Amino acid sequence: MKITRNKAFKVFFTPIWESNPVSGQILGICSALAVTVQLKTAIVMSLALTFVLAFSNLSISLMRNLIPRNIRIIVELTVIATLVIFTDQVLKAFLYDISKQLSIFVGLIITNCIIMGRAETYALGNPPFLSLLDGIGNGLGYSQILITVAIMRELLGAGKLFGFQVIPDAFYAIGYKNMGFMVLAPGAFIAIGLIVWLQKTVSKE
Amino acid sequence: MENLVSIFINSVFVGNILLAYFLGMCSFLAISSNMEPAVGLGFAVTFVLAITTPINWLVYHYLLAPGALAWAGLPLADLSFLKFIIFIAVIAAIVQALEMIIDRYSPPLYMALGVFLPLIAVNCAILGASLFMVERDYNFVESVVFGASSGIGWMLAIVTMAGIRQKLRYANVPAGLEGFGISMIIAGLMAMAFMLFSGITL
Repeated sequence: MKITRNKAFKVFFTPIWESNPVSGQILGICSALAVTVQLKTAIVMSLALTFVLAFSNLSISLMRNLIPRNIRIIVELTVIATLVIFTDQVLKAFLYDISKQLSIFVGLIITNCIIMGRAETYALGNPPFLSLLDGIGNGLGYSQILITVAIMRELLGAGKLFGFQVIPDAFYAIGYKNMGFMVLAPGAFIAIGLIVWLQKTVSKE
Repeated sequence: MENLVSIFINSVFVGNILLAYFLGMCSFLAISSNMEPAVGLGFAVTFVLAITTPINWLVYHYLLAPGALAWAGLPLADLSFLKFIIFIAVIAAIVQALEMIIDRYSPPLYMALGVFLPLIAVNCAILGASLFMVERDYNFVESVVFGASSGIGWMLAIVTMAGIRQKLRYANVPAGLEGFGISMIIAGLMAMAFMLFSGITL
């Protein structure tokens, strides 16, 4: 019993830091860059991706002995696309403004390499419970990078978090300026580059 | 006509699908370490984008959009929520068909593009372009121009990146930053350069 518990523990926590899907396995960068201008959109996107990843891993793992090898990609895509349509409809119904801001990036969860990658490398060969944990773990690893980048960009770029001003007016009075650069596309690339650098340096020690 | 030129300039430079909308990053990072495959993949993406975007336009406007099924006597039907799954199926089917057609009629082209074609089916730039085409409400001709010029913009970015990364082999990159980290920072600098085009008005 102890061994299984350890294994489940490991499956769940490794992707959060050591082999993080974004910075370690280099998967799913597109959306990590695009939705991180504001913390709010980043959190909604993280939840959406974690949900899709967890359930696609679970359902593919449940079906793993039934899927013929030759057509597995199309089966995986169908499962993922169905979950994404469901997520998109829920977002449109309950969080319409945010779903407008996320625009096409909810749809692009289908081609997010994290989901395909985990389905192919993990869910196809492991039992449902572990696959579910692996999905949630990888989702959280992705969320962690997304939220860090979003905090960096919104705080430095607009002086706000969740749309509320965080940097006091006194700072602006003595000449502090928002870095408009962080809000633009190049800021996203450079923020991720720096986070990867930090992570690699820390984990080496 | 002016409208089309402006879509072209906008999707090659200002709103470059890779550097401004971050689509197709995975293959951009994976394939850009050498010049030759980068050029091959660039052509393949342009080719597939120029074909799939207009076909998805037809599929969307004659099957999925609200009221699109009027020709079949179903003016109230709205199947637009199915667009994700239908678009990805269309893209996968076209890529598969293209692979077979190219293999049959032009073996040299197949040798050059063939290995990249399966990769393209899950490249988010392709699905992204189709979804942008719906969101921005392009008409048919505009969607052809948009597809082709997005592909050209993507190719321009990956070829430039491959050139820079070849030079980078002689550079002394700090430990921990080499590989993925430095690629992201270079992409950031390139994105900055491309943003300078946003001053262009036509």
